[in-house]
Amino acid sequence: MTETATASAPLFNGPDWTFELLGTVHDAIEEIALNELGLDVYPNQIEIISSEQMLDAYSCVGLPLMYQHWSFGKHFVRDETYYRKGLTGLAYEIVINSNPCISYNMEENSMAMQTLVMAHAAFGHNHFFKNNYLFRDWTDASGIHDYLAFAKNFVARCEERYGVDEVEAILDAAHALRDQGVFRYGRPPRPTSQELQAMQQRRDEHASQQSVLDLWTDSTMGVAEDTEDTHLQARQIRQEDLNLPQENLLYFLEKNSPTLQPWQREIVRIVRFLAQYLYPQKQTKVMNEGCATFVHYYIVNRLYEKGLITQGALMEILHSHTSVVMQPDFNDPRFSGLNPYALGFAMMQDIRRICEEPTDEDREWFPEIAGHSDWKAVLREAWSNYRDESFILQFLSPHLIRKFKLFVLTDDTKHPELVVSQIHNASGYRRIRQVLAQSYDIAQVEPDIQVVDVDLKGDRELKLCHNIQDGIQLDQTGCAEVLKHVKQLWGYEVSLKGRDHSSDTVAYELSTKPS
Amino acid sequence: MHHFIDRRQNPKGKSLGNRQRFLRRVRGRVKEMVDKSVRDRSIRDNSAKGLEGGERVTIPTKGIKEPRFILSGDTGARDRVLPGNKEFIVGDSFKRPQGGSGEGGRKASEDGEGEDQFSFTLTRDEYLDLLFDGLELPDLAKKNVVETETVGRRRAGLTTSGTPSNLNLVRTMRNSLGRRLALRRPSLSAMEKLRDEIEALEEIKAPSPQEIALLEELRDKLARMERKRKIVGYIDPLDLRFDTHVPEVVRNSKAVVFCLMDVSGSMQEREKDLAKRFFILLHLFLERRYKRTDIVFIRHTHLAQEVDEETFFYAKESGGTIVSTALEKMHEVILDRYPTDEWNIYGAQASDGDNFGSDSDKCKSLLNEKLLPICQYYAYVEIAPVDQDGSLPPGARGADLWETYREVQGDWPNFQMRHVAHPAQIYPVFRGLFAPGKKAARKGVSA
Repeated sequence: MTETATASAPLFNGPDWTFELLGTVHDAIEEIALNELGLDVYPNQIEIISSEQMLDAYSCVGLPLMYQHWSFGKHFVRDETYYRKGLTGLAYEIVINSNPCISYNMEENSMAMQTLVMAHAAFGHNHFFKNNYLFRDWTDASGIHDYLAFAKNFVARCEERYGVDEVEAILDAAHALRDQGVFRYGRPPRPTSQELQAMQQRRDEHASQQSVLDLWTDSTMGVAEDTEDTHLQARQIRQEDLNLPQENLLYFLEKNSPTLQPWQREIVRIVRFLAQYLYPQKQTKVMNEGCATFVHYYIVNRLYEKGLITQGALMEILHSHTSVVMQPDFNDPRFSGLNPYALGFAMMQDIRRICEEPTDEDREWFPEIAGHSDWKAVLREAWSNYRDESFILQFLSPHLIRKFKLFVLTDDTKHPELVVSQIHNASGYRRIRQVLAQSYDIAQVEPDIQVVDVDLKGDRELKLCHNIQDGIQLDQTGCAEVLKHVKQLWGYEVSLKGRDHSSDTVAYELSTKPS
Repeated sequence: MHHFIDRRQNPKGKSLGNRQRFLRRVRGRVKEMVDKSVRDRSIRDNSAKGLEGGERVTIPTKGIKEPRFILSGDTGARDRVLPGNKEFIVGDSFKRPQGGSGEGGRKASEDGEGEDQFSFTLTRDEYLDLLFDGLELPDLAKKNVVETETVGRRRAGLTTSGTPSNLNLVRTMRNSLGRRLALRRPSLSAMEKLRDEIEALEEIKAPSPQEIALLEELRDKLARMERKRKIVGYIDPLDLRFDTHVPEVVRNSKAVVFCLMDVSGSMQEREKDLAKRFFILLHLFLERRYKRTDIVFIRHTHLAQEVDEETFFYAKESGGTIVSTALEKMHEVILDRYPTDEWNIYGAQASDGDNFGSDSDKCKSLLNEKLLPICQYYAYVEIAPVDQDGSLPPGARGADLWETYREVQGDWPNFQMRHVAHPAQIYPVFRGLFAPGKKAARKGVSA
């Protein structure tokens, strides 16, 4: 497919698709994506599935292979019910961050929709997965399939060997801590196999020494004096030994739980690994969808300009495009938060606008990119190096704030009333941008809970601490349940303290100990 | 560089395992709901087909929650960015909206678990499984054991010897291929190639000494190949694999269930409805549990008829009431088609208890002398008048037939009777009748 295609006959006419047609259209899209937009993608593997298979894929967090667990069954029956009732439609596609990049397209899609979906997923998302720093640094796209297969088989083997109930208990517990099972700020360096061997050797030696010498250590002989000072010291030593505080609860439990069997540890690890694998997606919803939506919008328009798709197909695509990027107002019954597609797409378009037709305001706010000669490069660079929070903080323009008519509502539960604290005017832009960016910071949205202390030689009570920010406490209903799950993994009592750092007071305390 | 795969033919129900695990987890609650639904309204419209599409159940989310640490929405202070400001200016304030409307996506709990109820649809099989969970036909397979055992055949792997008709081609050819590869049996194509080369050499009019030597060598090679092909056969007796079957004793308990229903004039819509519900339940249960159970439907007024299922449940009829005709009919059918040494015989009778004059005594003697000695189990359900709100315990006062049957019950442990007054009682009564562990210590079957 080269430029000879200009003004050529449309590639398809009518709603039916065939595999040949998909191939032709794919090549036409690829031409635009790679040569015009300069995207850099994994090879594509596009799979056509039925709606039922789409429901299957839905229930397993969109992954092609998954171990079996009742919660997926629950999601499946719920999604199925909604779908059958007509409450929700199904996504047109699901795309997986893997190499080759697998996307699932529904067979019900018309040819025009398949075109849209390919441009969106197979090129938009694909480029994002391959280039964004979070995905590059934190996920292993080429290994995920093997890992999922391993996880599935491992869990199945455990079920066979230890019983479904045993496995379920561990999975339930680990699932409850999924949000606390990720490293937010740094990936622990992976030890090489030699290091691992050396570590193992050291551990073995240590264990054999320990079995002999344990009788004669200070702790068993009770030499140390029991003073405030030694308490503090002992605590410090303990914390250093276990590398505390630790924000990744699953990691801590997996490494340090005194009671978990090796196979249970492995299951915890599987859950943790998948949580970590999905973590970048949580942090880049706006950007990821914005990138994909922008890419499909650009590509289908180019296809139309080249005469490769008919006006009818373009209309169908745009119809679906507009409903995807619709942003209802806050007081609209359909409103359920800012639509990541809408915000993302608008921001991408806005960056292009700032490059191409900057206003004075843009020059003032974005001196680096206003009037930039190559908007594609600017976008590519943004897609590579930001996540939602930093992206919004960097690129949300006053123009967009006005367009969306954004405002900040301050909700202090101490006061009976909500207060409008910022609106879209000169004095409000920065604050609105800051608040919006923060709301996409996972660290703000999810509670900050850490393991702070445990005395392995004493009562082994696992002490967790929730660092309260802005006085926002934990939702109490599920809390006790989750603590029970932690106890299941830890094997001993678990307590949780809510500490408000601004006032340095303990707001609440929970424990699994019978009171 | 694209790659399309058609997955539509892949097996569906990839998440069937997940579904089963989910159902296993909520089994207790779902069972409650199923029991409740069958009491309230199911088996509706007297239609066994009403259940075709499965059953919708709603269970409380308790027990299937996936708890997480979540920040609560009603403590602390936070700022929110919302779109679509029309009239607000800085400093505007208003009451906190109730029910979280306009509060944005953050508060909506993850995957909509805020609901107290969770509903989904059970398939028909899942529904019936739960419905008849733990029920058994009492005393099945009591009859002469020899009669209920037949010899079937079961596959039992592969052997190296057998009849040609049992030859397992796939395995045999697999072995053959493996052996040929391992022993390097020359392939036909390789030999053809060699022959061509030899022919080409032979056609040379005046061969040079090298060519003669080469020819000799090739001929030699060909001869070796031919010899090898002879020695290493295409198929060797070693390769042969045969399917084997071993005889297996299949215990198929042959059972026949007689459904006897009074359809006379005294049976009003309500009574008929209750009786039908009972039989539909019985019918579903038998169909599901016992693949090889015959069911005979007999309805009676002052005359008894053997009818098919459709007529039994749906056709209308009126007339007087002579219960004994049905019992006689049943006996007749047994003599005719179900030799007692081969069949386990079960009876279920539903009636409003009205009977013609002295016919009850006749019934009693029919039961005592002819039917109960040959029946494994006989259940009688009497539709009580509507003002009776509780099911009478057996032994309490009832209608004419009830009184008579009570005497029978005293003598025969394989005879059970129950009262039913409300649709809601049918299912418990049904469960009561077919709950396992009810070892009716029968007597008098020695005949």
